[in-house]
Amino acid sequence: MKVLVAVKRVIDYNVKVRVKPDNSDVDLTNVKMAMNPFCEIAVEEAVRLKEKGVATEVVVVSIGPKVAQEQIRTALALGADRGILIETEEKLESLTVAKLLKAVVEKEQPQLVLLGKQTIDSDNNQTGQMLGALTNMAQGTFASEVAVDGDKVNVTREIDGGLRTVALKLPAIVTTDLRLNEPRYASLPNIMKAKRKPLDVTTPADLGVAMASTLSLVKVTPPAERQAGIKVGSVEELVEKLKNEAKVL
Amino acid sequence: MAILVIAEHDNATLKGATLNVVTAAAAIGGDVNVLVAGSNCGAVAEAAAKIAGVSKVLVADNAAYEYQLAENMGELVAELGKDYSHILAAATTTGKDFLPRAAALLDVNMLSEVTAVVDADTFSRPIYAGNAIATVKSSDSIKVMTVRGTAFDAAAAEGGSAAVEATAVVKDAGLSAFVGEELAKSDRPELTGAKIVVSGGRGMQNGDNFEMLYKVADKIGAAVGASRAAVDAGFVPNDMQVGQTGKIVAPDLYIAVGISGAIQHLAGMKDSKVIVAINKDEEAPIFQVADYGLVADLFDAVPALENAL
Repeated sequence: MKVLVAVKRVIDYNVKVRVKPDNSDVDLTNVKMAMNPFCEIAVEEAVRLKEKGVATEVVVVSIGPKVAQEQIRTALALGADRGILIETEEKLESLTVAKLLKAVVEKEQPQLVLLGKQTIDSDNNQTGQMLGALTNMAQGTFASEVAVDGDKVNVTREIDGGLRTVALKLPAIVTTDLRLNEPRYASLPNIMKAKRKPLDVTTPADLGVAMASTLSLVKVTPPAERQAGIKVGSVEELVEKLKNEAKVL
Repeated sequence: MAILVIAEHDNATLKGATLNVVTAAAAIGGDVNVLVAGSNCGAVAEAAAKIAGVSKVLVADNAAYEYQLAENMGELVAELGKDYSHILAAATTTGKDFLPRAAALLDVNMLSEVTAVVDADTFSRPIYAGNAIATVKSSDSIKVMTVRGTAFDAAAAEGGSAAVEATAVVKDAGLSAFVGEELAKSDRPELTGAKIVVSGGRGMQNGDNFEMLYKVADKIGAAVGASRAAVDAGFVPNDMQVGQTGKIVAPDLYIAVGISGAIQHLAGMKDSKVIVAINKDEEAPIFQVADYGLVADLFDAVPALENAL
């Protein structure tokens, strides 16, 4: 079966972001960018399904500026077969992303769509679910285990109280949690090979999706600064302070 | 203007998170209705009717909603939600699962993990693992959002007398089915609502050593959390994880033991009132946010703490 994986180019997870002085947004100039960590897990899972003989082709799609080709090439180096970039400079909301992905799903007809459960920039955790609604496919969100079984896929999901397993009719959508797998590193020969793999570039207009925006950013502010407190010398002093100074015990 | 709050429950009891969402709904201003969707969930509906500030409780009692599968819930909420100006659910794994689906069916955008209501169209929410706060204005006809429970006080669970009304809407998408679940059993308070949280990280070295934290926690009625490192190393189950990808907590007292304080962990606990760090590395970033820091070997400090309490 064909597996479609959506990946996003985001700020590297180790970077401490800075809010612009005019509070218009966070400052992303000259900041290290990388593939969203949850998306890496989605790519890894797709490649593993291919290695198991479950998947026959892994197609990776990204939406973003021209440079997002780098993240598609990374996915190709990890084992995906071909890439699609929907090129746009605009900042996109989840619903628009889901509509663009729906257009790709209709064209490619994958049996399984893998996405990360959230991106670490917007922290929305919405796109997979919205795509599920638009395509009327079942969804297995926050997956820590994925087992394709005939015309169904069993997904073990991480929920607040523990784990829950659901059976989804294929085609289905799965969003990955951190514990689904440990992504591999791309080897140099694979990085070289990835350069020759096909990568199609399209645009939202080609896909017939309007870029309507209903959310406007009023301002972005730094969170309330927490000041470092004091160091105590002993456990006794700590307990005394918590009881009498902080009054939380 | 009427606001629909989707109740969080397990068919038997109403979860505390719902009370915080009702407070957020009240801050928007308008008639607050609560939807209880489940199977044999009459007791939950009764509890929801008693929440102060709720005017009506809608009950969708059907086998299709027993496990609140996102496919069925999404359709139900989209159908009933058409008559409302705002639709709110708690930012729990359940709310995060079905609400974006409902929003897409209504063809509107959604706001996740709202932490403040500025006005009926404008809301604040953290982005970049809580390192920035975005204030966003929505022009959607229906505002759909999940609410971060720790950012709002709980509404009074008693004192209301809302009318309970059954809805005939049954949505069974037939796309998914519940297979089974493994829930972590614990007598300690629920992590997200606990007044005190004691968390362990990689420094705990193994799962058995968490016993030391359990003993401390039991003495002060605390919940026990963990960093991602402790979960990935298999010391404790994943539902104990505090952080950007785990649970968000904001207790009165958060005690971080053997946790370095990575950005992703801080995202889940830095709104705690008082933070205590116990770590033998005095350069650990956790000390930059801790109100009280103790540079010590946790294997000495934690038993001593237990004795001192």
